[in-house]
Amino acid sequence: MNKFEKLTSTVVPLPIENVDTDQIIPARFLKATNKDGFGDNLFADWRYEKDGTPKKDFVLNNPTYSGSILVGGKNFGSGSSREHAAWAIDGYGFKVVVSSFFADIFQNNALNNGVLPVVVSPEFLAEIFAAVTTDPSTTLTVDLDSQTITNNATGKSESFSINPYKKECLLKGMDDIDYLLSKKEQVLQYEAKRTI
Amino acid sequence: MSKTLFDKIWDAHAVSSVENGPTQLYIDRHFCHEVTSPQAFNGLRARGLKVFRPELTTMTADHNTPTIDQDQPVKDPISRNQLDQFAKNAAEFNMPIFYPLGHAKNGVVHIIGPENGFTQPGMTIVCGDSHTSTHGAFGTIAFGIGTSEVEMVLATQCILQTRPKTMRITYNGKLGKGVMAKDLALFTIAQLTTGGATGYFVEYAGEAIRSMSMEERMTVCNLSIEMGARGGMIAPDETTFSYVKGREFAPKGEEWDRKLAHWKTLVSDEGAVFDKELVFDAADIQPMITYGTNPGMGMGIRESIPTMDQVDEAGRISFRKSLDYMGFTAGEQLLGKSIDYVFLGSCTNGRIEDFRIFANYIKGKKKADNVTAWLVPGSWGVEKQIREEGLLDILTEAGFKLRQPGCSACLAMNDDKVPAGKYAVSTSNRNFEGRQGPGARTILAGPLVAAAAAVTGRITDPRE
Ligand code: SF4
Repeated sequence: MNKFEKLTSTVVPLPIENVDTDQIIPARFLKATNKDGFGDNLFADWRYEKDGTPKKDFVLNNPTYSGSILVGGKNFGSGSSREHAAWAIDGYGFKVVVSSFFADIFQNNALNNGVLPVVVSPEFLAEIFAAVTTDPSTTLTVDLDSQTITNNATGKSESFSINPYKKECLLKGMDDIDYLLSKKEQVLQYEAKRTI
Repeated sequence: MSKTLFDKIWDAHAVSSVENGPTQLYIDRHFCHEVTSPQAFNGLRARGLKVFRPELTTMTADHNTPTIDQDQPVKDPISRNQLDQFAKNAAEFNMPIFYPLGHAKNGVVHIIGPENGFTQPGMTIVCGDSHTSTHGAFGTIAFGIGTSEVEMVLATQCILQTRPKTMRITYNGKLGKGVMAKDLALFTIAQLTTGGATGYFVEYAGEAIRSMSMEERMTVCNLSIEMGARGGMIAPDETTFSYVKGREFAPKGEEWDRKLAHWKTLVSDEGAVFDKELVFDAADIQPMITYGTNPGMGMGIRESIPTMDQVDEAGRISFRKSLDYMGFTAGEQLLGKSIDYVFLGSCTNGRIEDFRIFANYIKGKKKADNVTAWLVPGSWGVEKQIREEGLLDILTEAGFKLRQPGCSACLAMNDDKVPAGKYAVSTSNRNFEGRQGPGARTILAGPLVAAAAAVTGRITDPRE
């Protein structure tokens, strides 16, 4: 996993609520046996016509918007546990997803792939959407170290929360498996003393 | 100190905790299927690791499998490749419990687990699949995980998890006639919305739950994830114990007695405090259908879709988008609406009781001509029972065919795709855009509403 660095970027706005993992990456793309290429199919059914031509009205096909921060409506990532959703977002080049609310498993999966989910207040989210609509060159700055997100159009900042352990993992580029492997001895002890 | 059922199981499985961080949780049973596991096995290879406790993982192929001609090679080469890779991984890592396509115990992962006695009270259970919550019906902590976490379990039999908050939902009184477990679940999701239980682990309680069979309880727990809950659980009781007893992987003899004594302690103590408590009256629940593109967009079958001014402002864009996709209008009633497909199956409603309910309703009636019906048993075990109980004859008599087990049109990864624009009354769990095939329009319902739709070709109140 790569280290997470402080980031300032323009954003891609997706002001839709309950964006589920079936939209992020439809099931028919889950047949791969590796993690490559999912970015090409991110939001496939919203992004492409049946024949594969890009749908003009979808934000990823609109050259006005770009950047490594995706901003979604409330309850982003609901639905299935497919980590392919996180691989698709990461594969496309997003480093941060901002929303006022995330589904649990998605949040975990994102963090396990070095993508930072940032939860902001509904008002702050509305201001981001408004600022980006007025001026697509609006940038956000996400500073994990100080746990702040700044809307550079308004100058307003909000702090966000993240589990201290997960924060350290992201900053150091370390993952849970490394950690768990270092705890093998405890597992053997746990198994040995279990009575039921 | 008084503890909730959740606390008791969690605490008994905590190996260690990270300071200010998650708990290292020991996993008793890991279920594994072909779609969310290949990258995890690749991860083990890349790190040069073995599977730590291979006997604690149950592997079955289900998501990608065809539901006809399973004895023939799988036609889609990418699906076939994934299934082949699954078999290779099972062989290379010496996994002793592996049920590939065609195996007598093959079936949908959340169906074969309970069916074979893998699922037992008090366990921690995970699977790279969000409907792992199904197993909570036995009084377990069971939840879905991502592929990175699958790799963690394979490598260490543990995962790191932040302790969720607890919620208890109590249903007082009994369900009305013709109202089923699926209706209770869809009702609850409609009340809470799809994010309403996010961050919580739910315990279901009350008379309506206690009087349910194990299969009905599985349906309820299965849908916990659709309101965002980490999982759902029901305290085990005599119904649970007699279901588990005698199954192949269930404890036997002296071990059974020892475990049973422990299982009987698995209840939320009097006075245990939940972070949130909700109470519903079971009598308020009607047969349910969904009208939109998430499971929270549900209503009683005789009700009307909300009007635009009943939807809060921030949600209107999504609401309109959803109704456009479904081809419905705000305020419309759906009773009597013509439909095209019926899907009976999935880990939500693909068990024998669902087939009994369906068969019992359609007995002596005929399948509507305008309906294509896919009846897909959740496992070969269920399929066998359908034959043995004579249900197949009833179905055949009424013009229905039985398919072979698998996830099928629940997520349409195989060929069972509902065509664009067509309406499917489906007993599965998700009505997301494209879930049952690109452009498919899904109306979620229980097996009884599905049966009524299958014979009338329309949305029909089965109590009529
Ligand atoms: S039946 Fe549907 S929900 Fe259940 S495991 Fe299969 S795809 Fe997932």
